[in-house]
Amino acid sequence: MILEWLLPSASTYASDINRLFDVITLLVGIPFLVASYLLFSFILRFKAKSGRKALYITGTEHQYIKWIHRAHIPILAFDVIIVVMAVNVWFAVKQNLPEANATVRVIAQQWAWTFVHPGPDNVLDTADDITTINELHVAANTLYHFKLESLDVLHDFSIPAFRLKQDAIPGRVITGWFEATRTGDFLIQCAEICGIGHALMPARIFVESSEQHSAWVEANSPISVAAR
Amino acid sequence: MAESIRVEHAAHHDDHHEMSFTEKYVFPLDHKMIAMQYMFTGMFMAVIGGFFAYVFRMQIAFPGMDVPFFGPVTPAAYNSLVTNHGTIMIFWVAMPVLIAAFGNYLIPLMIGADDMVFPRINRLSYQIFLISAVIILAAFFVEGGAFGGAWTAYPPLSTKSQYNLTPLGSTFWITAVALEFVAFLLGGINFITTAMNSRAPGMKMWDIPMVVWMIVIASILFMLSVGPLLAGGIMMLLDQNLGTAFFDPNRGGDPILWQHLFWFFGHPEVYVVLLPAVGIVAEVITVFSRKKLFAYKTVLYTAIGTGILSFTVWAHHQFIAGIDPRMANVFTVTTLLISVPIAEMLFVYIATLYGGSITLTTPMLWALSFIFEFLIGGVTGIFLGASGNDIYMHDTYFVLAHFHYTFYPIAIIGTYAGFTFWFPKMFGRMMNDKLGKIHFWLTIIPFNTIFIPLFVLGAAGHHRRIFDYRNFPELSYPWMWELQHLATYSLIVMLLAQIIFFYNVITSWVSGPIAPKNPWNSNTLEWTATSPPPHGNWPDGLPTVYRGPYEYSHPDRKSSDFWPQDEPA
Repeated sequence: MILEWLLPSASTYASDINRLFDVITLLVGIPFLVASYLLFSFILRFKAKSGRKALYITGTEHQYIKWIHRAHIPILAFDVIIVVMAVNVWFAVKQNLPEANATVRVIAQQWAWTFVHPGPDNVLDTADDITTINELHVAANTLYHFKLESLDVLHDFSIPAFRLKQDAIPGRVITGWFEATRTGDFLIQCAEICGIGHALMPARIFVESSEQHSAWVEANSPISVAAR
Repeated sequence: MAESIRVEHAAHHDDHHEMSFTEKYVFPLDHKMIAMQYMFTGMFMAVIGGFFAYVFRMQIAFPGMDVPFFGPVTPAAYNSLVTNHGTIMIFWVAMPVLIAAFGNYLIPLMIGADDMVFPRINRLSYQIFLISAVIILAAFFVEGGAFGGAWTAYPPLSTKSQYNLTPLGSTFWITAVALEFVAFLLGGINFITTAMNSRAPGMKMWDIPMVVWMIVIASILFMLSVGPLLAGGIMMLLDQNLGTAFFDPNRGGDPILWQHLFWFFGHPEVYVVLLPAVGIVAEVITVFSRKKLFAYKTVLYTAIGTGILSFTVWAHHQFIAGIDPRMANVFTVTTLLISVPIAEMLFVYIATLYGGSITLTTPMLWALSFIFEFLIGGVTGIFLGASGNDIYMHDTYFVLAHFHYTFYPIAIIGTYAGFTFWFPKMFGRMMNDKLGKIHFWLTIIPFNTIFIPLFVLGAAGHHRRIFDYRNFPELSYPWMWELQHLATYSLIVMLLAQIIFFYNVITSWVSGPIAPKNPWNSNTLEWTATSPPPHGNWPDGLPTVYRGPYEYSHPDRKSSDFWPQDEPA
């Protein structure tokens, strides 16, 4: 609700993260408001008045300490709810790797993104692959794996509209997934500082309908380009 | 043993009663003078760190402008300002002021000792610290400029000059940080030993004022956590200069290793600076609400519990850094568990106010605002500790706003609470309360209007350390620029308000009303020494302790609402 209002969501798991954010807001908001209310009401209620002496409370008396102990119950309960929801979302996005319809390679470097798309054969690392700079083309409602690499320093492949973020590490290939739910073009950021050009790495992801996407693949595959 | 150290030290300063200017102010052995050296070096560095923030906030809000008093901001300058703002504010402001300055000043005075047990190590600690401060600033004047790879200095960016373009700056950075750790290790040894061995006769464990306990626990946390990072720092230095490959993936190294070493220290470090601040707040709120601290032992146990837990949460900084995704589940649980002792601590402080007789002096305003602002910092941490949500929030302005809501209450609010509270003791004069309150409101309101907009921007997808958002159409809507402007204007107001503070300090120091021994009717031992205390603190003999530090408004005591620790029953 809150995140959706600030930034539209465009992937299958974006709504899960939006919901998690709302639940956390509610569950930390309640203790925050209660604690703030008590703090300010005590400050106003117990302002110094001449002739009134403060109470002498050690804090070990049952009648007082019980309130501190009772406060733990909702906090622990809220913690459990948040942990369970967070771990479920995490598992779905990061730990679980559903079967893919297609795979793209994402290569980060100072200061540009290289995207390798499979060609008409839908297999990566064949002669008909399409390589682009700072433009990623995918089909909507299709589950993609991405193979994330870096050529130099740490970068971070972040698509805010998908609620997706993953660091790229030189020397490793990190596999993740996404499935876009609506067409349009969205921002790709580098979210890990990578030198003086860190602000110069915006790229875009173009989510197309499957017909549009097939047409784009057909038009841009080096084999079909060569045949023309 | 403690007795013999004390006698020896007393004999030592009897021999040299007339100290020269150099002995007294430049190479002092007196804990109070060393504390002042740390305090004013820290404040000087805070002014520099604040100026850096002004320059890069101007660049963010008005990209490409000619920033007054600086000039146009290049991407390289922007990165080095952001990096060194963070580094300086944590390692050269929060650490020296909260741990070293308050620790040095308060521990001997509050436990009734004439000085630290190792005065020469204490002096050495400051000297190493000063050298490290010179090195971090010198980096701005070397070939290539200061390091710009963020205060976390993730390799390979930090280790290879062809990537960071600051061949000398990055070496200066890690050298300065490593030396600074050495300085605080030496200081920490002193704090722990002094608090355990040199307490006044009669002062049992549960009679130690909370702030002393907190500084001791913080020093222990620091000593246990800093080793891995110091080792990591040396590995980084070797990688940069001698061609080793600890963090170089092309030659069998691992860049993620540094992140583990850094955050294994980095997260306990938050509590290293937090604990002294909550200790200061405990002293201030008990005095100005005339209340006994609610559940003294509970506060102590929550501090120890938080300290232990803080060693088990470091990887929540690395959820999406490429570590095994299964680890995130473990670290989400440990991270959220920290909410239990921290919430307990804040509840106990709020409970201390219950039934009190509250006077809103300047230090009390700072202490109460600490509770409220830190509460915001605490609850926003839950958003980031929850792994699923951190996928989206990581490295956004939401993170930045969250940790400013923790570090700002700690380093700035905690320091102002302590400084205005002990000012009469430190300088023998009272501060101007009216100016103090004007300074308080002109600092606390802009603080909130800087960082609340940044929470919103972060939730809308603004990522950190970006020098020009005009490249990002989704991050350049007019309402976003308005929030950026609000944050920047607020920062300028807040920085200008600090002039009031320095004016107040100087005029009060020179011509404020003379402070009595115990202006706040406080119980703890430092208020039984003269204001300011002489070398040796109590020249006529050290005090003896008869009761705990928080016996305010005791029913058996009819004559007044406080009961000094050193007054015989």
